[in-house]
Amino acid sequence: MNPLLPLFVIAPLAAAFLIMIIGRFVSEFNKYFTSLVLLFLACLSFYFLFTTGENQFVYKVGGWEPVNKIPIGIYMVMDGFTAIIVCIINLIGFLAAFYSISYIKRYTAENYFYALFCLMIAGMNGVVISGDFFNIFVFLEISVISSYALVAFGVEKEELEASFKYQVLGALASFLILIGIGLIYWKAKTLNIADIKTAFANDYDKTYYTFVQILILSGFGLKAAIIPFHAWLPDAHSSAPSPISAMLSGVLIKAVGIYVIIRLFFNMFVISESMSVLITVLGTLSMVIGVFLAIGQWDIKRLLAYHSISQMGYVVLAVGMGMVLISRGERPEVAALAITGGIFHLINHAAFKGLLFLNAGAIEYTIGTRNLKEMGGLARSMPATSATSFVASMSISGIPPFNGFFSKLIIIVAAVMGRFYLLAALAVIVSVITLASFLKFQRYAFYNETDAKRDKVKEVPFPMIFSMVVLSVICLALSLLVIPEIREAVLTPAINILTDPAKYTSTIIGQ
Amino acid sequence: MMPYIMCFILFLVGLYGVITRRNLVKIAVSLSIMEISTFLFFALIGYIDGGVAPIVDPADPVKTYVDPLPQALVLTAIVIGLATTSMLMAIIIRLYRKYGTFDIREIKNLRG
Amino acid sequence: MTLIVKKTTQLIAGMIFMYGIYVIVHGHLTPGGGFAGGVIVAGSLILITLAFGVDFLKLVKEEAGTTIIESMATLIVILIATAGFLFGTHVFFNNFLPKGVVGELVSAGTLPLYNIFVGTEVAASIFIIFLSLIIFKEESPQ
Repeated sequence: MNPLLPLFVIAPLAAAFLIMIIGRFVSEFNKYFTSLVLLFLACLSFYFLFTTGENQFVYKVGGWEPVNKIPIGIYMVMDGFTAIIVCIINLIGFLAAFYSISYIKRYTAENYFYALFCLMIAGMNGVVISGDFFNIFVFLEISVISSYALVAFGVEKEELEASFKYQVLGALASFLILIGIGLIYWKAKTLNIADIKTAFANDYDKTYYTFVQILILSGFGLKAAIIPFHAWLPDAHSSAPSPISAMLSGVLIKAVGIYVIIRLFFNMFVISESMSVLITVLGTLSMVIGVFLAIGQWDIKRLLAYHSISQMGYVVLAVGMGMVLISRGERPEVAALAITGGIFHLINHAAFKGLLFLNAGAIEYTIGTRNLKEMGGLARSMPATSATSFVASMSISGIPPFNGFFSKLIIIVAAVMGRFYLLAALAVIVSVITLASFLKFQRYAFYNETDAKRDKVKEVPFPMIFSMVVLSVICLALSLLVIPEIREAVLTPAINILTDPAKYTSTIIGQ
Repeated sequence: MMPYIMCFILFLVGLYGVITRRNLVKIAVSLSIMEISTFLFFALIGYIDGGVAPIVDPADPVKTYVDPLPQALVLTAIVIGLATTSMLMAIIIRLYRKYGTFDIREIKNLRG
Repeated sequence: MTLIVKKTTQLIAGMIFMYGIYVIVHGHLTPGGGFAGGVIVAGSLILITLAFGVDFLKLVKEEAGTTIIESMATLIVILIATAGFLFGTHVFFNNFLPKGVVGELVSAGTLPLYNIFVGTEVAASIFIIFLSLIIFKEESPQ
């Protein structure tokens, strides 16, 4: 029973309501307090990353111990996979909050922005920590409702329309998830994730099971913006203020979308071949269609949002390949390699996509437009922004020695070793087209010819530069994860929890 | 079997409303109908034959009770549905102020 | 509003408020509790505002005060949860006050305290939703 685990939820929740009270009276309190609380949470998550390793920490809320080996309380579980995602959420949350110290001065009602930001972080932390299925739904709703309000923050025409579309589709996803929870509770009579696995392992009705799996995949796929559920993503991510776009695209679609799909399909459901093939096909479609939709865009943030769909397709493709190999029961080391590539690409994408959105925000802050045809020649007047943007563009295209190269290499090697030659060829083609798209972005934004009125722009203020530089250093440092010793410490515990069928349940039921 | 089919038909009625109606407020009301059908389905799951409402009477404590866990889950979900609906209504009021119409075919600034 | 609405509100609103408080406080004995009782209390406050109408400046002051009440109630809930962490075993949300006899009003540890503060918070937040929609309509240029 580790008593530090609920701090991930309680600290941002208390901070949000403290900001609402004290922010009315003391003027500069809200921004520095948010950055302090998120810095504390980032340090706590790194502490958990280095001390978790192969064992799990379990926390039973309220102290309700199991009766006759049946868990009756709400559990919070921290294992290897959770520790990685918690680090990503809190670190990128801290950098986005620090960035918005100077960015949000343009908007009114700063108080509400920081309170909603802390609530969103509390919800996302709750989703990844909880070990109980309905608790995932409650925290998912907390974070997603905060993000509806944050997308519509500067109340112009386009932001309200984007928020409305996002809300209707998000509400539809929540109802599908709720029906899935109801159907699971009907047969398994319990809501604990480890206990559902033991209840389903004995005997189950195959058509019922497949129906429940398709409902859960549709619900969480809508949150993660996989094709064909991607319709809300370009509008919502391009109309939000820039630190919120970085949080949405860099963290939210991973923490409440991809993380829950991976956790449920590996640790709760028994892996079947038809569902694995479906997930792989959806990942491939996302990868290919996302990048083809992104080529013709002239708005920077819409371009980055479409590329988010494509990179998430890479992660789903890698995880799907691992699931297909596990379900056929052949070559477990290739399956482990594919899932390693997927999780590594997840971490990398959070870093470089967050950095790209912060760069787009810096460009919009100085020039005031988002159209690529109206920019040009910014490399001389904004050196920090253009250098970090160059690092991020090379990372996402997969150029060595940046981090995108190593994660894409692991995915393509795993595809070739598992004899999925078509998928490997598609991955390489999509990577080349991504490189073309980002070369266009770099040329039109930074290296084009300039005219006289562009010479008067200055560099952005210090908090924005600090966040961008720290993220670009992280992009370079993450490529060290491919070295075997560091990989053993960070990524291998996550893979073991996911692929070993008895490890997750035996530790929780036994405690 | 009949109550479950009724819940499913109510869900389909709500889904039809979200897809085909043009007025923004009607879309929000159809979403509310969909979520109410989900709550009904949840509350029906915990029924045991011959059970009474799960309130403990200190004079006569041993009886067959209906399962109280889905009822607690439905209470939480009702509050979440309230938050979602009120958020949607706030956005609809501001949309009417900016665009001047409730018709969803006129609100098409973002495309491509 | 007409005279009938105003007179009926004067007679009924106090009773609705008392009924809401009854549902909140008896949350551990009868069905109800924090959420349902909070919504009933908010209903009585909204009834008074709709029937009598208040002018604009007073609405803005009421919204500021209600926001502070809501935030303080949530902080007190978190404080009670953390108090379980400090006294007794190291567990959040522990039930550490003495539990009395089943069926009495003062029993079941910290549950009535949670009910009261969660009920206050739910009532305040629904009243804030109503007030901010009215303020938005009032301050728009006609």
